[in-house]
Amino acid sequence: MKTFADVRRTLPRAAWWIACLCVSLVVLYPIYMMVSQSLKSSAESTSNPPTLYPHTFSVDNYRSLGNTGQFGIWQHVLNSVVVAAGSTVLTVALATLAGYGFARLRFRGSGLLFFVILATFMIPFQAIITPLFSILHDLGLGNTLLGLTLVYTTFQLPFGIFLMRNSFASLPASIEEAALIDGCGYLKAMARVMLPVAIPGLISTALFTFFTSWNEFFAALILVTDEAKFTLPVTLTVLATNQLGTLNWGIMQAGVAVTAVPCIVLYLLLQRYYVAGLVAGAVK
Amino acid sequence: MTVSTKARPVADVSPPARRPWLTNRRRRQLIGVAVVAPAVVVVTIFFLIPLVMTFWMSLHDWPLLGAHKFVGLANYRRAIHDQQWLNAVLFTLKYTLLITPVLLITALALAFLVNRRGTAARAFQSVFFLPVVIGFAAAAYLWLYLAQPSLGPLSDLAVHFGLTSRDTNWFATATSGLLLVSAMVTWKVTGMQMILLLSGLQSIPGELTEAARIDGAGRFAAFRHITLPLLRPTLALVLVFSVAGSLLAFDQFYIMTAGGPSNGTITAVYQIYRVSFINFELGYGAALSAMLMVALAAVSALQMLLLRKTDHS
Repeated sequence: MKTFADVRRTLPRAAWWIACLCVSLVVLYPIYMMVSQSLKSSAESTSNPPTLYPHTFSVDNYRSLGNTGQFGIWQHVLNSVVVAAGSTVLTVALATLAGYGFARLRFRGSGLLFFVILATFMIPFQAIITPLFSILHDLGLGNTLLGLTLVYTTFQLPFGIFLMRNSFASLPASIEEAALIDGCGYLKAMARVMLPVAIPGLISTALFTFFTSWNEFFAALILVTDEAKFTLPVTLTVLATNQLGTLNWGIMQAGVAVTAVPCIVLYLLLQRYYVAGLVAGAVK
Repeated sequence: MTVSTKARPVADVSPPARRPWLTNRRRRQLIGVAVVAPAVVVVTIFFLIPLVMTFWMSLHDWPLLGAHKFVGLANYRRAIHDQQWLNAVLFTLKYTLLITPVLLITALALAFLVNRRGTAARAFQSVFFLPVVIGFAAAAYLWLYLAQPSLGPLSDLAVHFGLTSRDTNWFATATSGLLLVSAMVTWKVTGMQMILLLSGLQSIPGELTEAARIDGAGRFAAFRHITLPLLRPTLALVLVFSVAGSLLAFDQFYIMTAGGPSNGTITAVYQIYRVSFINFELGYGAALSAMLMVALAAVSALQMLLLRKTDHS
């Protein structure tokens, strides 16, 4: 009877492990294949049938990335870093200020204004891309990284403001009052006393903006037409077409890895904030 | 911007009592306006103005260069007879109807699977979520490689399992292309929905299902009558995210099927892209965008309705 009870207890546990491991295999298989393919020699990367792991280990694909397209991959990595970091800094700064204002320094009409900003959530930028293109052009921001940065900032702002407003609103008013009595101005009180407590919301906002801007494809494809200013996702289309007619899947996957791996690393380091922000945003 | 420069000197006046109208309360409000202003300016220029302009442009014949002229509702009349647009709308709906239940069921299954305490469950949650942080473009190019005829690992696997022959090309028909893109999207998006549903599941008090089980309810009955109703707000939310995302699909089809074969996988956003930025008919493109926007607003309104309903019950 004892062994029977043991089986009854361990069997579901084992089934759970098997199920989870099977799903993990399906989830990780494409990522493994991307890395594996990018580390094969060019002869092996076109072999039919494909090899499961690099038999001839080489980093040539990553080296070739340096001189693909007209500018080489580093120019595009730099573009992506500039755009993603720029919109992250801008979004965090504007969202913190506005979030503080909406939570603590209410004025007549601030509730309505907050609602209007949140409405941006409901209309995706794909639907207004045509006039956005004309407006950027008229402002002299067409085909520039600054224009793209501002567009990304705009569409991350509602979420950021929402998150930061909630962070500030959840703090007791007494801390702020104490700081004000101690002689701080409002902004100083915010920076010294409130901001440290709102750090998790701030990191979530920053992470979301960074990931979205780094990965965004549609607006980048339309708003930037000069190859020197392409961000990484759009550069992948160059890798896919510029190989003298024949596609080199090894170099292609090396490009995919350069685009994807920074996000994976960043996520693994900071996933606590990422998931918390996601859930907080969804439960609005 | 103008508001912030106007308000700053006011903030520096040290004893606020000197001028009678500048009460503490008023000062607080002025600073409120000042800190909110930069965000409002950015949202106005890059969101509100383009939003209004979409409707304005849609009433015009608006080429990229040269003068535009008012044409009334002609663009909309053209749209409802435009076979390419109607095909794109139909394909988008087809894709949405296919992918939404697949995503929801997979995500729900995974959420139940990893809804446990302990390090192992948390580690699996992280693993299942991993593809979400990879961008759509990178994921699409990755799967484009995986599914290449003869040299792609996925095609190779399918041959080993006897599902296809070595020279089967999954990109040769619109249907197999659609299925392949759906597989990629499922791989990439399920983790996101899983995390949302998991947070919904974990907000349901465990005592409720326990009590039902003690009262003699079976596992399925407890799920059907306790878990599912309490999960409804989360389900509605995930559903709306998923439908809105599918209606806006572009990257995956642009990259993996290039809209082909014979324009069989052109989505609504893809058609807007072609009209506005390949044919440069910005006015007509804006009209199509306006129609898309109305559809999405309807989805959002439905979300509100669904959520309100659950609040009352």
